[in-house]
Amino acid sequence: MTNASLWMKSEGPEADIVLSSRVRLARNLTDLPFPNRLGDSDGKRLAARLQEAFDGLGNDWQLTYHPLADIPPIERQVLVEKHVVSPALIQEPVRFEGLVADPGESISIMVNEEDHLRMQVFLAGLQLSQAWQMANRLDDDLERNLNFAYDSELGYLTACPTNVGTGLRASVMVHLPALVLTRQVQPLFHALAQIGVVVRGLYGEGTEVVGNLFQVSNQVSLGLTEEEFVHNLTVVAQEIVGRERQARQILTQSHRLEVADRVGRAWGILTHASIISSDEALKLLSEVKLGQDLEFIKVPGHTTFSELALMTRPGYLMYRAGQELHSMERDALRATILRERLISDAEYKEEH
Amino acid sequence: MSESSAPPLACQRCQRRPASVHFTRIVNGEKSDRYLCEECAREEGAFHFMLDPQLTVHNVLGGLIGQVPETLKLATQVACPRCGYTYQQFAETSRLGCDACYQAFRPQLEPLVRRVQGATSHRGKIPVRAGGKLRQQQALHELRERLRQAIAAEAFEEAAELRDTIRALEEKTADTE
Ligand SMILES: [Zn+2]
Ligand SMILES: [Zn+2]
Repeated sequence: MTNASLWMKSEGPEADIVLSSRVRLARNLTDLPFPNRLGDSDGKRLAARLQEAFDGLGNDWQLTYHPLADIPPIERQVLVEKHVVSPALIQEPVRFEGLVADPGESISIMVNEEDHLRMQVFLAGLQLSQAWQMANRLDDDLERNLNFAYDSELGYLTACPTNVGTGLRASVMVHLPALVLTRQVQPLFHALAQIGVVVRGLYGEGTEVVGNLFQVSNQVSLGLTEEEFVHNLTVVAQEIVGRERQARQILTQSHRLEVADRVGRAWGILTHASIISSDEALKLLSEVKLGQDLEFIKVPGHTTFSELALMTRPGYLMYRAGQELHSMERDALRATILRERLISDAEYKEEH
Repeated sequence: MSESSAPPLACQRCQRRPASVHFTRIVNGEKSDRYLCEECAREEGAFHFMLDPQLTVHNVLGGLIGQVPETLKLATQVACPRCGYTYQQFAETSRLGCDACYQAFRPQLEPLVRRVQGATSHRGKIPVRAGGKLRQQQALHELRERLRQAIAAEAFEEAAELRDTIRALEEKTADTE
């Protein structure tokens, strides 16, 4: 559960700009209180019913149920850094929370986060429609053994009315260095907000933007079909990709020298620093990725940008070290890992 | 995706500014694509998902839950018969207690859902297990709408066929009850 997820190493449409696509479905069981009101006896009943339902899925989905209490705290943080679970899931105290995932973490189901079930499908690149189809099949299969809370008017019922209806949230993680450099993100995001598209930082609601990475998702979940929500967000993502490509073209045509300078400086620091913070690392990795995408620079290592972004997060570093680390110790270990991975990571290729 | 015809370059509403926003809308079962400039997209209030950009979902929700109309004030003390949760508690946490809360607080929740979701009716997936009958109802609803349109278009042959299909489905639904 602490290795890189499959999507981080996979290819996909527009994968240079759209790092990943995610579709999430919120579901609750009828007749049991939502997680925030779940008492001990109901919690045990819920856990037993879910265990039975996951066992009933058979081996096709290759899912394993892990009660959160059985996952060491340091690994919980790595799961958040990989986006496999939300920060809310791992908040103390741990009660009936859990994670159900396949080995590649293309599928992860959060148990007892805000809703009883939050099924997520992650794919590399822009593949929202494929992710929805997979989530839809999983939902069908689970529903054979579970009674989901459903209302003929409001659709699937969720703990918060903002998720009612389809319970669907589609999102893409996009890397937009050229739009940021050319100062076009603010007006673009403002326009997107007008049509019900939300843009957030790397780790969801309220998180700051670092490394030119943005999460773009639909705001509402009621009133359209799942296919329409997914189609609309796909169109939005294609539009964003188009604008980012245009901005990159402008950069290479009119600001070649400045871009080359930025990329070279970022590379210099990443491969020569002895101490580096996670935000600085991500910011510089973003610039090197831009340089790589524009063929200004050739990175000898094979580790993908998504993997490097994960490997430089604090939780991952402490997991790697097998112990708690002070920030200075983390900054030193991070610098070491970056040098190894960027310059000559041939010997690390098989490890993850 | 059906991208058979190339999208227009100019906004379909003002015909002036470049089209930069694309919507798929469904009106009376008719799917239509709409390409607008940002200004027109903002002005055309018809879209389901208009929300003030400055307001995040939770700000909107937080602001609204508190605004209980006078006539419903007494109702904030109403408790969900299944889980015992009150509307007041929902106002404090933004979370409902159980699925039966939706029924218990329906009058208060409806305007709230309309405001945050821009819609009040689910049009998506129906669960197979809980929804066998619902599926038939939705199919009937769609057929009746198509019948209405066929009659309006004086397509009487099609209308006759649709009428027979509806009758057969109605009988089937009655049998299972
Ligand atoms: Zn216009
Ligand atoms: Zn309740």
